[in-house]
Amino acid sequence: MRKYILITVALVLFSFRASAQSFLENSQVNGSFQTDAQYYVLDKGIGIDDLLGKKMGINGFGKVNYTNGNFSAGVRFEAFLPEMNGFRSELKGVGLANFFATYDNGFIGMTVGDIYDQFGCGFVFRTYEEWSLGMDNALRGARVVIRPAKGVTLKGLYGRQRYYWAPYLERDFNDDDTRGIVRGVDAEWDLNQSIPALNDSKFRMSLGGSFVSKKQYDMSIFYYIPENVGAAAGRLNLGYGNWSFSTEYAYKINDPSAINNFIYKEGQALMASLSYSQKGFGAVLQVKRVDNMSFKSMYTGKQNDLDINFIPPINYTHTHSLPSMYTYSTQPNGEMAAQLQVNYTIPKGTALGGKYGTKLAFNMSQVNDIVRDSVMDNGRMVISRPGSLGYTSRFFAVSNHRFFRDINFEIDKRISKDWHITAQYINLYYDIETIEGHAGAPVVKANIGFMDVTYKINKKQSLRLELQGLWENEVHAGYEYEESEKKDYQKRGDWAFALLEYTITPHWSFSIADKWNYGNPVEEYRDHYFTGTVSYIHEATRIMLSAGRQSEGVVCVGGVCRTVPASSGVTLTVSTSF
Amino acid sequence: MKKLMTLLLMALMVTGLQAQNKSDLPNVTLKDLNGKDVNLSKLSNNGNPIVLTFWATWCSPCIKEHSALNDVYQDWQDETGVKIYAVSIDDSRSTARVKPMVEGKGWEFEVLLDVNSDLKRAMNVSNPPHTFLIDGNGKIVWYHTGYVEGGEEDLYEEILKIAKKK
Repeated sequence: MRKYILITVALVLFSFRASAQSFLENSQVNGSFQTDAQYYVLDKGIGIDDLLGKKMGINGFGKVNYTNGNFSAGVRFEAFLPEMNGFRSELKGVGLANFFATYDNGFIGMTVGDIYDQFGCGFVFRTYEEWSLGMDNALRGARVVIRPAKGVTLKGLYGRQRYYWAPYLERDFNDDDTRGIVRGVDAEWDLNQSIPALNDSKFRMSLGGSFVSKKQYDMSIFYYIPENVGAAAGRLNLGYGNWSFSTEYAYKINDPSAINNFIYKEGQALMASLSYSQKGFGAVLQVKRVDNMSFKSMYTGKQNDLDINFIPPINYTHTHSLPSMYTYSTQPNGEMAAQLQVNYTIPKGTALGGKYGTKLAFNMSQVNDIVRDSVMDNGRMVISRPGSLGYTSRFFAVSNHRFFRDINFEIDKRISKDWHITAQYINLYYDIETIEGHAGAPVVKANIGFMDVTYKINKKQSLRLELQGLWENEVHAGYEYEESEKKDYQKRGDWAFALLEYTITPHWSFSIADKWNYGNPVEEYRDHYFTGTVSYIHEATRIMLSAGRQSEGVVCVGGVCRTVPASSGVTLTVSTSF
Repeated sequence: MKKLMTLLLMALMVTGLQAQNKSDLPNVTLKDLNGKDVNLSKLSNNGNPIVLTFWATWCSPCIKEHSALNDVYQDWQDETGVKIYAVSIDDSRSTARVKPMVEGKGWEFEVLLDVNSDLKRAMNVSNPPHTFLIDGNGKIVWYHTGYVEGGEEDLYEEILKIAKKK
């Protein structure tokens, strides 16, 4: 008898040890850290006469995730002491910015804490985080995802959004924090996964729909603010062989806010894209219409924060120094946009393709305003008058007011084993008055050329030369500027840019660059912006040190932008992940 | 007693084996270019290595890396059986451009869409390009951030190390 007890005890202990061991073996911890620090110096040459008491700015975060089978949890700690120039001063502070816990067994997934999610393309709901912009609109609350059948996903979530470090208050009469509660549901049905006969079909189809509402308190003394605002969206994706088509439409009830100037008009958005692709060739045509679709959980907000939705800009994303000075950002109050992108590879072994093939790309995008017609308000015809119904807008009408146009052509060619060239020509039209709010500033019409030549010295070392030029038409050269007008001409006129980089794989990179506003119509703005950079990469660790001048400009990621003031000094970035 | 011990040993072996088969990749489901779901934790290549690269249509070093990888991909596959998955972190403003770009540039690898950065967050990727090498047991054995000319050679040396072990 005792023998049996012993065996049982041993068995229990063993199995416990085994399960504890497998529990530990299944555990995974990973994370990432990043610190960006800037040290500022006076630089009268580019107009920095005063540091305003700020010699340094440091942004840092650390993030740790724990996973064990179907369970995962994570935290993110942030410190902005103080924030770097160009980031919102509300970020100043330190603390636990984000945490979550999730259990997901495939049938049901539940999350509590800070949630990042997206319905469709984001027209009615998207929460995300973009470190380089200091932007985070995470929803702190709970989410349930249920997958009742193959190909069917149902989601429900609610919470309130992050607003820098502000704690959530139901009503805050002292501050302008009028944050509401966000609630949403979404359903998606993928027919190819649901219906066995379609599993491997050339025909593909999926459908989805979502509804999101915000509950806010009316704290306005001028207007009646609706306390519940609902928005709904539907989407459809179709594909057949090499063709695919997708579309999404969203509708929002009246939602007067600081962004739309407190008009009581409904909002609408539509996007559609058609694409064809086969090996060596791909093309996509996209169209979009946005009308009064700003959707924030704080109706008084005017900045890039507390957005419940995301209206994707559909133009080409330039990342090189000069073309990215003029990046388009979505105009949520209204725009009509279209884009065509074609990629083609001239095959290897042909006269033009050579040994490696030649890659060509063409992109054209244009954005205009929508047409607004007046409405009757208190016996008068008005357009966009606060407190009125705003305007009416014919759905397919396009205004002559052009916000943006970008026509670009790119060639990417490996010439030999050691030489590689990429070149791009860009023709740009940028309505700086509308996009950046520089009232009265003339439109930017520019031609931009870009060339990147890489030469591989040997297996480990290579050299890269980047040359860029931006030539602006129709900027008043030789015109006598009033002192008050001058600031509208910062960064305007012709620019030249050169960068030389020397790399030793896998660790080192050294580069020097100069950006020169040689053709600025205002002589005192014809500045050089020299920078020197050293970076060291070891596995997933990157250490980068750069020194020099940074020009005033706009940094955009994901169609969201922040303005960066001119600065001079030293920047250090250290990041790692494990 | 002997039977019991055998059972116990077997049980231990089974749990041990299960632990070994556990992938380092997170339980995140992404769509491929045809809209099919792919669960990363279930990704397998018959015991051969897998390369996972994070990229975006607007990331020029990523495009360079992929062009370089594509030039050598066939040779690498013949020699090591490696499979490359390129995870696009493009969001809805540029997802429509991903497929035409991949096809237009003639890339041969599998492409997955991480539209709201779920996998990027789960794997702690800060900036693309970011490359992971996964061995035949689903373990992450090497990773690297950034790409400079010739960087693919370092990756291949690492692939050869684990490909020999099969």
